[in-house]
Amino acid sequence: MSEIAEKVRAIIIDKLGVEESEVTPEASFTNDLGADSLDTVELIMEFEKEFNVSIPDDQAENIATVGQAISYLEEHAK
Amino acid sequence: MELKRVVVTGLGALTPIGKTVAEYWQGLSNGVSGAAPITRFNAGKFKTQFACEIKGYNPEDYFEKKEGRKMDYFTQFALIASNEAIADSGILENVNRDRVGVIWGSGIGGLKTFQDESIQFGLGDGTPRYNPFFIPKMIADSSSGNISIKYGFRGPNFVTTSACASSSDSIVAALNYIRLGMADVVVTGGSEAAITESGIGGFNALKAMSERNDDPLTASRPYDKDRDGFVLGEGAGALVLESYEHAKARGAKIYAEVIGGGLSSDAYHITAPDPNGEGVVLVMQNALRDAGITPDQVDYINTHGTSTPLGDGAEVTAIQKVFGEHAYNLNISSTKSMTGHLLGGAGGVEAVAAILAIQNGVVPPTINHFTDDENIDPRLNFTFNEAQKREVNIALSNTFGFGGHNTSVIFKKFTE
Repeated sequence: MSEIAEKVRAIIIDKLGVEESEVTPEASFTNDLGADSLDTVELIMEFEKEFNVSIPDDQAENIATVGQAISYLEEHAK
Repeated sequence: MELKRVVVTGLGALTPIGKTVAEYWQGLSNGVSGAAPITRFNAGKFKTQFACEIKGYNPEDYFEKKEGRKMDYFTQFALIASNEAIADSGILENVNRDRVGVIWGSGIGGLKTFQDESIQFGLGDGTPRYNPFFIPKMIADSSSGNISIKYGFRGPNFVTTSACASSSDSIVAALNYIRLGMADVVVTGGSEAAITESGIGGFNALKAMSERNDDPLTASRPYDKDRDGFVLGEGAGALVLESYEHAKARGAKIYAEVIGGGLSSDAYHITAPDPNGEGVVLVMQNALRDAGITPDQVDYINTHGTSTPLGDGAEVTAIQKVFGEHAYNLNISSTKSMTGHLLGGAGGVEAVAAILAIQNGVVPPTINHFTDDENIDPRLNFTFNEAQKREVNIALSNTFGFGGHNTSVIFKKFTE
């Protein structure tokens, strides 16, 4: 697992209070990990802070699963 | 229309001298001081370096981590005390939740949340990175909102804000909503969590707080000659109020009846009390009239008595004007001598104290009395230093807030 993937998983575990085993690439923030609309906004903000990127709203809407977050950040992280 | 009678069927308390109603009463009746050096932040440079914190408070003892971090302490305290009161009342067993309201009180709301988020912004380069939970954590009504969400109570729901009178105002509002038939049950009371840099620093700037850093335990000393300001407290007091007919129909245990509430304003100064106590005279008269009783029927007054040089004297002057000779028959006490001043939470925890005095036939003391103040009539009984046994049939609770808000609530031993 890449360093980015590990950091992403750690943020999700911390913010959503979920178990490590639940944070699979396919897991959806809202459907599987219990996030509501505010939680997902907070997650995106944490990713932005941790990886020093700015994620535009229209792209943030496409980040709905753990795997999508990891691939987006692997591509865009500075 | 005929107003409904309103009774108290559940109590909850999270205080600096006890984390449950039972512990709180033990602290009150034993005259325990909740003051100690501040542990929440480094207060080394502050004029006041002590407060009445909830001892050893750890959110994770009460909330899952994910749940707790979305609530400011004042909302956490609100839920903890309400959970106790709701469980105590047994109301959940068989109630129409559309007819249950939550009317809470908080003078400030999420002060630490506001402070910390603003600090973060200030430390940055001007790029806004406000957390989506910032506003819902900070707003004062997140307390009543979260209680209703947890229990599915869909009745009237709001928060009253009138500084240190906030949670007496919420109790009076709850009383009136039930009297008018707008709800059968209302969870009420109040909470505050202002022991933060901005809370201590702000009240220090007002010269309102005790600076007795060499002896925090005795710093809150209402009516003592050497009182030098209030001691900041934190926590929550919760009551379940219910129409008598509703309580009777479900066979609920009844602690006391709420027979009246009074409101008034000083219309004088934004922080200083009117030295003649005219607004305070008015509020007690309003409450007595609302309750339909005469002054001589009152046994106990749980005073606002914050331990400030000006405020304590003005309240005593007002009590003597309203109660005349009967003032000498009263037991008077300020439980803030033990809990500190919970600001918007004061009315809640002090209502619980007044109700427990009725229940137990014991008046909790005004502790930390050392030297009489020559400007205060020595014939008045302030219940100094030790609790006193006394049959309490009617108790009156006073709270007054910056802004000149005055509120009195009257509780009576329940009889059919």
